Amino acid sequence: MNWFGWLHDFFADPAHRSGPDSILDRVLEHLAFSAEALVLAALLAVPLGLLIGYTGRGLFLVTALTGIARALPTLGLVTLAVLLAGVGDTAVLLPLTALAAPPLLVATAEGIRGTDPDVRDAARGIGLTHPQTLFQVCLPAALPTLLAGARTAAVQVIATATVAAYVGLGGLGRYVIDGLATRDFPTTVGGALLVVLLAVAVQLLFALLIRYATPRGARTAHVDEPAGSPALSKESI
Amino acid sequence: MLDGEPLVRWHWLGDHLGYLAGLTGDHAVIALVPVLIGLLLAVPLGLACTRWPRLYQPLAAVFNVVYALPSLAVFVVLIPYTGLATRETVMVPLTFYALAVLLPTTVDGLRAVPEPVRQAATAMGYGPWHRLAAVELPAAVPYLIAGLRVAAVSSISLAAVGALIGRGGLGYLFVDGFQRTFPTPILAGIVLVALLALVCDLLLVAARRLLAPWATGVAR
Repeated sequence: MNWFGWLHDFFADPAHRSGPDSILDRVLEHLAFSAEALVLAALLAVPLGLLIGYTGRGLFLVTALTGIARALPTLGLVTLAVLLAGVGDTAVLLPLTALAAPPLLVATAEGIRGTDPDVRDAARGIGLTHPQTLFQVCLPAALPTLLAGARTAAVQVIATATVAAYVGLGGLGRYVIDGLATRDFPTTVGGALLVVLLAVAVQLLFALLIRYATPRGARTAHVDEPAGSPALSKESI
Repeated sequence: MLDGEPLVRWHWLGDHLGYLAGLTGDHAVIALVPVLIGLLLAVPLGLACTRWPRLYQPLAAVFNVVYALPSLAVFVVLIPYTGLATRETVMVPLTFYALAVLLPTTVDGLRAVPEPVRQAATAMGYGPWHRLAAVELPAAVPYLIAGLRVAAVSSISLAAVGALIGRGGLGYLFVDGFQRTFPTPILAGIVLVALLALVCDLLLVAARRLLAPWATGVAR
């Protein structure tokens, strides 16, 4: 049990310094793949969430989808996707996107729905059309909530991308999985540590984004929305 | 690619009923014992946070980060201490994930008692412990159960990842099916994990109806 020795072995390994298995390449792979899944999920979930949140129709669908998504085991989806669609990044992208979409959908719908009805009425009253009300009034107000959902989705995608190394995806999970397979402990632990650091860095990035998206006057009222569990939407209480 | 292998071989399921039941039981223990321990830790911690409110912000921030740590990475980091392919390596992180969900809901629940109600209880001669047991904890039950539902369902699906370090209950079916290019166990695993989650969720809803019948409209 020698963390210092393991991490030294991991970081000193020339293969981890340059070439296809280098730490920089693995981090970039991990980030690129996670971003791809997140953007795809956002393209699906955000427009739908805007519609559901603004009209108030289909909220039950949102609650049901989140429940189902939470209950599905990521490793099962990833292995099944690869057996059905063949080894390759595209096969893994599908379950990753499917897992990232529900938190984004809930956050968008809840954020839009949570806008003060009086504010909405005022916007309509001064002559804004429905699309104008949605995009110029509700969306800015919902942005912090939406970003909190994006943070949950991002964290989920980063974790699942690590697991997906088992079915051949690149990224930091490679170190963890390959290290486990060859009983090369320094590599496994080094990779795990990098995944943890990446997850924390992404959390901090989103915390900053959320702070930036919150109007200055509202910041002290609910600073970075700390109270309330990250996993628990307001809908479920 | 499957090369003619059918998606489900029903006779395999029939031949392995006992095996599947055993994995399901193992999975339930690995996933749910941490949730129970999480609950046992969340209540006193939540009480401490309502008693000393300054404690809550830093604790909530720490658990926010803990919740975001990828499970596989945390399992691996624990292997030197709890061993490869042991239950503990999977159960210790799951306990922290459960606590991360349950602490904020416990605090919200304990804070849900309106101040006049608290004062009325005091005026009726309830001491702090009696008030806690008879007023504050019952009022927190709907919140606790809402938290438990999320924690239990997440824990059940997360536990499967443990298969990658050799101990994941039903998760073993994913590893096994993948290695043999055999989708039947994978599908069986997904369905059983989802079923286990559904059963727990329904039990918790039933528990809420029983323990907090007044809350049916409030907490769905």
